[in-house]
Amino acid sequence: MLLEKLILVVIIFGLSLVIAMYSTYFERKVAAWFQDRIGPDRAGPFGLLQPLADGVKMFLKEDFIPKHADKWLFIMGPGISMFTALITSTIIPWGPDLYMFGTNVVLQVADFNVGILFILGVLSVGVYGIMIGAWASNNKFSLFGAIRASSQMISYELAMGVSVITIVMMTGSLSLRDITESQHGFWNDGWFTWNVFSQPVCFLVFFICSLAELNRAPFDLSECESELIGGYHTEYGSMKLGFYLFAEYVSMFISSAIISILFFGGYSFPGMDSFSGNTLAILGVVALFAKIFFFIFVIMWIRWTLPRFRFDQLMHLGWKSLIPIALINLLVTGLVIAFKNGWFN
Amino acid sequence: MQSLSNKRKVVSDKPMTFMEKLYLPAIIGGMWITFKHLFRKNNTIKYPEEQRVFAPVYRGMHVLKRDEEGRENCTACGLCAVACPAEAITMVAGERKKGEEHLYREEKYAETYEINMLRCIFCGLCEEACPKEAVFLTDRIVPTEFERGTFIYGKDKLVEPVDSRIDITKRQHTGKRTEK
Repeated sequence: MLLEKLILVVIIFGLSLVIAMYSTYFERKVAAWFQDRIGPDRAGPFGLLQPLADGVKMFLKEDFIPKHADKWLFIMGPGISMFTALITSTIIPWGPDLYMFGTNVVLQVADFNVGILFILGVLSVGVYGIMIGAWASNNKFSLFGAIRASSQMISYELAMGVSVITIVMMTGSLSLRDITESQHGFWNDGWFTWNVFSQPVCFLVFFICSLAELNRAPFDLSECESELIGGYHTEYGSMKLGFYLFAEYVSMFISSAIISILFFGGYSFPGMDSFSGNTLAILGVVALFAKIFFFIFVIMWIRWTLPRFRFDQLMHLGWKSLIPIALINLLVTGLVIAFKNGWFN
Repeated sequence: MQSLSNKRKVVSDKPMTFMEKLYLPAIIGGMWITFKHLFRKNNTIKYPEEQRVFAPVYRGMHVLKRDEEGRENCTACGLCAVACPAEAITMVAGERKKGEEHLYREEKYAETYEINMLRCIFCGLCEEACPKEAVFLTDRIVPTEFERGTFIYGKDKLVEPVDSRIDITKRQHTGKRTEK
């Protein structure tokens, strides 16, 4: 049992890193396609060895710590970012149970009954990675980036939390496995089972908030090159910078997974009832990964389309638009659930 | 004020309508534009393998021409150096000795002739100034170097070899000016 979990952890760990690695490659390719260019194509066939070349470059560069930086916090910053990015993958249900070597292998490292709460908690810790690293660099640009990042993440966490509560109210469970199971299949009782069809507004709010939590365009104010010369990682170089950048791509992968699970049925796919056993499990994993890759692509697509928000627009959108919308949506959902259950009779 | 160019636009600061405030229609429109670019042909020329075709009048690396008998045309008059807006050309004149008639066309020649390729802006004014049809710009590219000093091209690099002439007949100022 322990060995089984250990193997699963190692596989997921490796998978997150490989996907993050190739996201960096894919990001450059997508950018190139959107801009009528070719993108990296020199290292290996189609430039597929580019991430390896980048990694080697990052490792071989001088590991520099500025003179006036707080050494320990400076090292801790990227570590926390990477740690929080990777740890959320523990509670993601990757697929239905797999029957292997005479046992049922659960494709989930830990099925917490407070799963989604755990994710929100870890995400809140994520801001410390940026904040501590930037504070320790002793640089005004870093500090500005960190201030922006933390205020942005704190503001958008509220709307995100409220939209998650809406989903939790509909499902009646905080566990990601239960949320996935409640969206089983694709069509049931004359309506789609996936949450995105019954909660489109909630999905929109959650998606916008996850973009903001990821610090990605159009909310990449904390690292905007044109104003803050890199923002919170201005003073970073070598693999420490690599960790920050890498953590962003790992979080992108995990966020896409969470969006797929909360709103797009996780590993459920149309016509899944005609399969069973290991076929179902493998197809489920494939379906989930297809959704994840689609959302990674959409996030990149948005990055290469939209310009960056101004800081006051960002705060306006967060506090004056998204939170009220999320709250009203929560209220309406609550009323509908109450009517359906006949609490007003 | 009347607009002379017909390009004048009246800028208005009207408040956004409700649909504009939603942002979403504009965002979807923008994403549709970028999506269309996914299927568009890219314009990249993969340089070392694939090379752009140069116009015949392309102004690249210079050449110091020889005449039909293989004698250097340049007489070190210095007009190219005077014409050069970037001060890239220097030369030292020498007098032709007896027995050197097969090397230099006239009694005076350039002992050294240097063009600093870092200063040169490839404007082609030296080519136009030259009265002796000696200096021309060609469609060859100045290669990259690792040192600044090696960018100063002497006669060893500029004068065309006797056995492999550089063809400049396709260029704007071809042929002898006297024949025009």
